[in-house]
Amino acid sequence: MSDSMNALRAATDLARPSHYGELPLDDWIQAVVKDWLVPVLRPFFRMLQMPIQMLLDNLQALLLAIPFAVLLIVIVLGAWRAAGRGVAIFTLVSLLLLDWIGIWRETMITLAMILTAVVFCIIVGIPAGILAARSDRAAAVIRPILDVMQTIPSFVYLVPIVMLFGVGMVPAVIATIIFALPPLVRLTNLGIRQVQEELVEAGRAFGSTSRQILWEIQLPLALRTIMTGVNQTLMLALSMAVIGALIGAGGLGLIVNTGLGRLDVGYASVGGLGIVLMAIILDRVTQALGETGKDGKGAGG
Amino acid sequence: MHGTQPLDPSSTPQAARRIEVRGVSKAFGTRADEALELARQGVSKSEILKRTGAVLAIDDVSFSVDAGEIFVVMGLSGSGKSTLVRCLNRLHDPTVGSIEIDGEDILKASEQRLRELRLGKITMVFQHFALLPHRTVAENVEYGLKMRGMGKAERREKALKTLENVGLAGWGDRYPHNLSGGMQQRVGLARALALDPEILLMDEPFSALDPLIRRDMQGELIELQRRYRTTIIFITHDLNEALTLGDHVAVMKDGRLAQVGKPAEIVLNPADDYVSAFTRDIDRGRVLPVRTAIRRAADSAALSALIEKGAASIEGSRPLHEAFGLVSGGKPVVVMGPDGKPEGQFDATDMAAMLAGDDAGKGQPAQVRPETDQTRQGQTKQGQTSQGRS
Repeated sequence: MSDSMNALRAATDLARPSHYGELPLDDWIQAVVKDWLVPVLRPFFRMLQMPIQMLLDNLQALLLAIPFAVLLIVIVLGAWRAAGRGVAIFTLVSLLLLDWIGIWRETMITLAMILTAVVFCIIVGIPAGILAARSDRAAAVIRPILDVMQTIPSFVYLVPIVMLFGVGMVPAVIATIIFALPPLVRLTNLGIRQVQEELVEAGRAFGSTSRQILWEIQLPLALRTIMTGVNQTLMLALSMAVIGALIGAGGLGLIVNTGLGRLDVGYASVGGLGIVLMAIILDRVTQALGETGKDGKGAGG
Repeated sequence: MHGTQPLDPSSTPQAARRIEVRGVSKAFGTRADEALELARQGVSKSEILKRTGAVLAIDDVSFSVDAGEIFVVMGLSGSGKSTLVRCLNRLHDPTVGSIEIDGEDILKASEQRLRELRLGKITMVFQHFALLPHRTVAENVEYGLKMRGMGKAERREKALKTLENVGLAGWGDRYPHNLSGGMQQRVGLARALALDPEILLMDEPFSALDPLIRRDMQGELIELQRRYRTTIIFITHDLNEALTLGDHVAVMKDGRLAQVGKPAEIVLNPADDYVSAFTRDIDRGRVLPVRTAIRRAADSAALSALIEKGAASIEGSRPLHEAFGLVSGGKPVVVMGPDGKPEGQFDATDMAAMLAGDDAGKGQPAQVRPETDQTRQGQTKQGQTSQGRS
């Protein structure tokens, strides 16, 4: 019985390509990326990282230079204005706790990294979303790119990023941008497309150019959805804090990774707590900012 | 809604053509030209959709609109009436045909020229108001003026004045969602009127309103139209509204015009079964002028004698329902022409026959029934029927 099975398997194996030798796809990619892409494109990517480096350095220096009490008051007042008293109190207590457990400096480093990533996400993502909303052809190109960005595990693109940009904060920010960008593009596109057709028609009927329609009608009415996108991008960026630490980012992610390496559950938890508290504060504040566009409700009566 | 019948020639002295639409068709889809070719071969709309994927919304429509009139396009949903009105300011581009406004072919207008037209000549009112919810009422009214590049103070002043004209003084700083539907549509109207348009396109402007509010708005629209002499293209799915407001009414079916004519013509001489089915439940007393109730031709001497004997008289263009009181005594009523000379007479029976519609009217020789819009068209021959002007 097993003889006949083996014969059958041998026969069907003839249909498997691997029977005739394995395709060295990994070698090929390795060769292309390492021997061609990286050397050729490195200067270009180095240039690309300049603005990120600048913003990141300045932001981090600023956050660390401002005296603790001043920064505390500014952030708490900002949270109060944007999201009300409850969130402000929560913010105050959280920030005091973060300092008390000794991770204030790391929190500020992570905050600088995330804010930098989000700023660049906004610079790239909102125009891309607008483009996708105004042209079906652009949308057809952009959508699969976003699908790829969202489905490729971040560990896969960490390697080429390290090859292109080296190790450090900036490569971590770039990985974060790739990871956190898609929802902002998608929601900007969605928000603009959801604006009632009749309102856009009214804009055209009253002599507006398409640029005027964008600024006077579509963007204001899409603002809420776009702010949801910013919020989502911010949350995703925070979730990259730990992964970013694998390629040299400091801050809270590094604490978690170090704790993991030493099996020091206490140390890892402290870092994790910092990330969670920061996430809650940023989430509440950005959500509240989105709500301020609430005149947009009941569009068209 | 009396006085909407434009049968008084003194008010419209040989009005100038304002809009001339010739052979306009519109198909939506990438293979629009093919679709039109098939339509010319007599292929049905559903077959065209199946073969080319294109939707034929308007099929070879021609009509003309005089300056200062209300031209109503009436049709059910899907008849293409909204598409048609959007062709007039080129929110949609017709696939073929020509549209002239004051002699200018707007299908050849550049993007720049189109914007000029939309900012001065042709403005629009929308079914669901299309107000910007994030702007105040006054800012909404200012919208077109702002696009025109008018300064802030000047356009605010103009907006507030226009709001006053539509009965919304003092509401400028509120937001649209604070207003009722009827008030929101007044804002929509003010936004269009603020540009002092010569032509106002109204796409089912009152369809989203309650019946009572709708009737108020209809009355006010007629008032506004009298004051500004704006040419109005009015879209509706309600034949009563069409006949009440329209100087001319076009009935649209499946992208084609089934009939174009004065309200009384539509009611008395429906072009086909489709139009006639619509006219069955309209309010004839409000739509038909008293002139249509005249059954017997009479010489003016006899009519003058009747008046001297104390018979009541009424101007021929007044709607029938205004004569209800006059005929109640059973006495004849003399119909006066626009020139003040008596045209004919009728009594309660004649009137009842006219109100009851075609069944009661049968048996009367057609040539005795005077032409309903002879004065406007300058026709003097009686018994002539005119079917549209396309």
